Amino acid sequence: MAFTFELVSPERLLVSREVDSVVVPAAEGELTAMPDHAPTMSALRAGMVTVEAGGDKEEYVVLGGFADIQPESCTILAELASAPGEFDRDILASRIEEARTRLKETSDDDERSELEEILGSLTTLNEQILPA
Amino acid sequence: MANLKELRVRIASVKSTAKITKAMQMVAAAKLRRAQEAAEAARPYSKRMSKVLANLAGGGEPADAPKLMTGTGKDDVHLLVVCTAERGLCGGFNSSIARLARDHARRLLANGKTVKFICVGKKGFDILRREFGDKIIDRVDLRSVKRLGFADADAIGKKVIGLFEDGQFDVCTLFYSEFENVVTQTPQAQQIIPAKPEAMSEGDADEAGSDVLYDYEPSEADILRTLIPRNISVQIFRALLENAASEQGARMSAMDNATRNANDMIDRLTLDYNRQRQAKITTELIEIIAGAEAL
Repeated sequence: MAFTFELVSPERLLVSREVDSVVVPAAEGELTAMPDHAPTMSALRAGMVTVEAGGDKEEYVVLGGFADIQPESCTILAELASAPGEFDRDILASRIEEARTRLKETSDDDERSELEEILGSLTTLNEQILPA
Repeated sequence: MANLKELRVRIASVKSTAKITKAMQMVAAAKLRRAQEAAEAARPYSKRMSKVLANLAGGGEPADAPKLMTGTGKDDVHLLVVCTAERGLCGGFNSSIARLARDHARRLLANGKTVKFICVGKKGFDILRREFGDKIIDRVDLRSVKRLGFADADAIGKKVIGLFEDGQFDVCTLFYSEFENVVTQTPQAQQIIPAKPEAMSEGDADEAGSDVLYDYEPSEADILRTLIPRNISVQIFRALLENAASEQGARMSAMDNATRNANDMIDRLTLDYNRQRQAKITTELIEIIAGAEAL
């Protein structure tokens, strides 16, 4: 069964092809999408998207966005997306910095936990792509 | 009648004008191609975004849908975001957008509504300042932006949403020019807050209108809360890209006309010049012959 994966950022369409499965960094933990997945709409945190097609694995970096999963397709509307090799590390560094300063300034508990979550996913992502 | 020297100077000056307009036309053509590519590259995102939103809207509006989608329930204060170019010399491009916005504003004012403006681009500001100077609450300068990125649009989007959350306005309309082809650009008014469902589902309605039930993670309300503001930025981004392509297209045809005009003018002036020169030569000849005959 054909399963189409599309990765789009506001500026352009990065990937559009047939795949076997996609692992997306959903807001509440990693989520693997395969053909015949129930229609799901999920927010994304910063992380890696892993695409598997015919035994080959490909990874992409996304910073937030949405995944629209349907039985026959998975579309990721990323806020910012790129292949790991082309990823601009400075953007990530500035995001981490921003989250840290906002965390220091905030006094609201909900906001604090939200920011901590964002910061966590950003730093994990940073470690993941460091060796690359 | 201008004398020969004056004509020569005129011809030279019109020639250099033609050279400049020709160069501007070619620059605009090159930029147009790039702008068009950028607009096309951005299309999938906004298209899919519309589809996703249509899917969400199709699932029935949740009771706690964000205000950005449902509106404040009033339509007293209107915010007009007018996107124009930073530069002139592009035919009627800027003025046609400004005219559309102005007519819209006048209609609203006549109905007793309050109108506020945000001007993106210098030219629109210059035009609207005359009539609505006190109503322009903000202006965005994109002159330093070489290559339009999503971040630029996002900044405007955040500003608009910030104003909305402060209760500064009820309805927001975006003015820009839709790029159809090099000779046709149509000024457009698009309401972005509250989001109109039909605007979201642009052509994808049939496709997306399926009644699939979605699982939402985290919750539908959470997703909508982040998706709707994002959609506003995307709409602005799309408008800016369309505008960029339209501007270059308009400039290209305006400069093409200008070059053609200049060439016509050169032809006319050259004809004049040659005639006068011939007339002068003839007079001189007559004088010489008359002089020789007199001897």
